[in-house]
Amino acid sequence: MVPALAIENLSKTYGNDFTALKGISLKVEQGDFFALLGPNGAGKSTTIGIICSLVDKTGGQVQVHGVDIDLDFAGAKKFLGVVPQEFNFNVFEKTRDILLTQAGYYGIPRTIAEERADHFLKKLGLWDKRNTASRMLSGGMKRRLMIARALIHQPKLLILDEPTAGVDIEMRRSMWEFLQEINASGTTIILTTHYLEEAEALCRNIAIINHGEIVENTSMKSLIRRLHREVFILDCRDDLPRSCAVEGFVTRQIDSHTLEVEVEKGQDLNTVFKSLSEQGICVQSMRNRANRLEEMFVNLVEGAKG
Amino acid sequence: MNAKEQYIAFMTILRKEIRRYTRIWTQTLLPSAITMSLYFVIFGSLVGSRIGEMGGFTYMQFVVPGLIMMAIVTNSYSNVVSSFFGSKFNNSIEELLVSPTPNYIILWGYIIGGVTRGLAVAVIVTVVALFFTHLSIYSFPVVIGIVTLTSVLFALAGFINAVFANSFDDISIVPTFVLTPLIYLGGVFYSLDLLPEFWRGVSQLNPLVYVVNAFRYGVLGVSDVSIEFAFGMIAAFTVVAYLYCMHLLNSGTRLRQ
Ligand SMILES: Nc1ncnc2c1ncn2[C@@H]1O[C@H](COP(=O)(O)OP(=O)(O)OP(=O)(O)O)[C@@H](O)[C@H]1O
Ligand SMILES: [Mg+2]
Repeated sequence: MVPALAIENLSKTYGNDFTALKGISLKVEQGDFFALLGPNGAGKSTTIGIICSLVDKTGGQVQVHGVDIDLDFAGAKKFLGVVPQEFNFNVFEKTRDILLTQAGYYGIPRTIAEERADHFLKKLGLWDKRNTASRMLSGGMKRRLMIARALIHQPKLLILDEPTAGVDIEMRRSMWEFLQEINASGTTIILTTHYLEEAEALCRNIAIINHGEIVENTSMKSLIRRLHREVFILDCRDDLPRSCAVEGFVTRQIDSHTLEVEVEKGQDLNTVFKSLSEQGICVQSMRNRANRLEEMFVNLVEGAKG
Repeated sequence: MNAKEQYIAFMTILRKEIRRYTRIWTQTLLPSAITMSLYFVIFGSLVGSRIGEMGGFTYMQFVVPGLIMMAIVTNSYSNVVSSFFGSKFNNSIEELLVSPTPNYIILWGYIIGGVTRGLAVAVIVTVVALFFTHLSIYSFPVVIGIVTLTSVLFALAGFINAVFANSFDDISIVPTFVLTPLIYLGGVFYSLDLLPEFWRGVSQLNPLVYVVNAFRYGVLGVSDVSIEFAFGMIAAFTVVAYLYCMHLLNSGTRLRQ
């Protein structure tokens, strides 16, 4: 099966000579629910902009469902639905007209467009507002309208750029449910977010982007496991025995006096010390090895707050 | 996109354009009707009666074709320039850019949108004119041909203006400082015969001269310039403008970063 999205060595230098993407590669399989996580200015929106043709790439390749955007952009666009970060509709147009117009841009006949528009208006709680000019919608409603608009041509790949920014908690939950439903029915979803919690609740795989580079690309599960894993460095008084180990823990002997122990969530240090005491090992001091991932998340969270 | 899908996309843009200017008709359709009525009253009735004949017709009859053309030119132009710049300004142009709609359909959608407004206003102005004078048409093919070509040409010009505009001020600079003077000097109000030789020569460089005179020929059967030459010039301007617009769209000038 071709991947829903394949990005190869993608780079972007803006007109002011600022390099926003430094050759990123990414693959998202069909049916996946994928998170693109990164702090402000990391290059998330730039990446999405290139995929949907709002930004010209400087180098690299993008394929949507196997269709190269350089060879058949129109073909690639048919697979793609995008919910941008910023509101981008004509604020004087009515909600329902916005959906019908977007359907028209994909060549969808009017009657089918009307059916789908009404379906999504109801589904996303906008039915009462169908004849309201979009400027009179609340922020959360506008975001839902953008989701409906992105789905009107039934894309196989839905990309959402911070879909839950400015959406209250209750609405966020129901949006999550809706997205999960869409994903379960076969649509691949990629979303960008500042919130690990959101990625954790929804996504199976994740890429972390920072300063225009992919710094991590793994499954959500393994990321979370690693996030919650702490590594302690123990300085011991005497020479360590060659076969020093602690049952149930991953350990590494760094040198004759230093031992590294990984502690997963739910495990405790007492067990470690007990086992070491039994082996006659005396721990003199202990420090925490910096968790690169965690540091990154502290930055992310601070970035999101600021 | 196949032909049917492209047709749907085109009609969608066109419908959206018509919806836009009819929604704000007091800003789009009404002003021309009022301005033109004033022109008819002042130049046609009050001042015109003192001027006497021009080119063998009453002054009123002489100015009406030029004024109708003026309405067509300014309305096709300003519809496309405001609408396309507006959609760039509020980013709703992205709705089109992310879709598979080909560029030439985008262009024609906006252009024909502007043309329909030019025509709508032309009809309104013509109806108003009929209150002041009697109008008969000398040549329907010339009238229809020239109206179509001209409104397409100025809609294209409005599109170019919209692409390069950075602010709402920029979309009124060209109409104010270029279009209006060219229209006034394009022989709407006078026959080029009245000009000294030198200025008559300079006037030949003004595309509006061809537009106004060709249309006047269609209505009255008289023209200061050769009608074939006028058609040829307008058609040439239109082709060049169209190719340039397509180039702007294909290169994503001021549309993609
Ligand atoms: N049009 C532009 N011209 C110049 N630089 C730009 C432009 N757009 C974005 N940038 C820069 O590119 C970098 C990446 O921006 P981008 O919008 O992709 O970040 P992001 O990851 O989406 O951030 P956020 O979480 O804040 O939305 C930023 O440093 C930004 O300032
Ligand atoms: Mg962004």
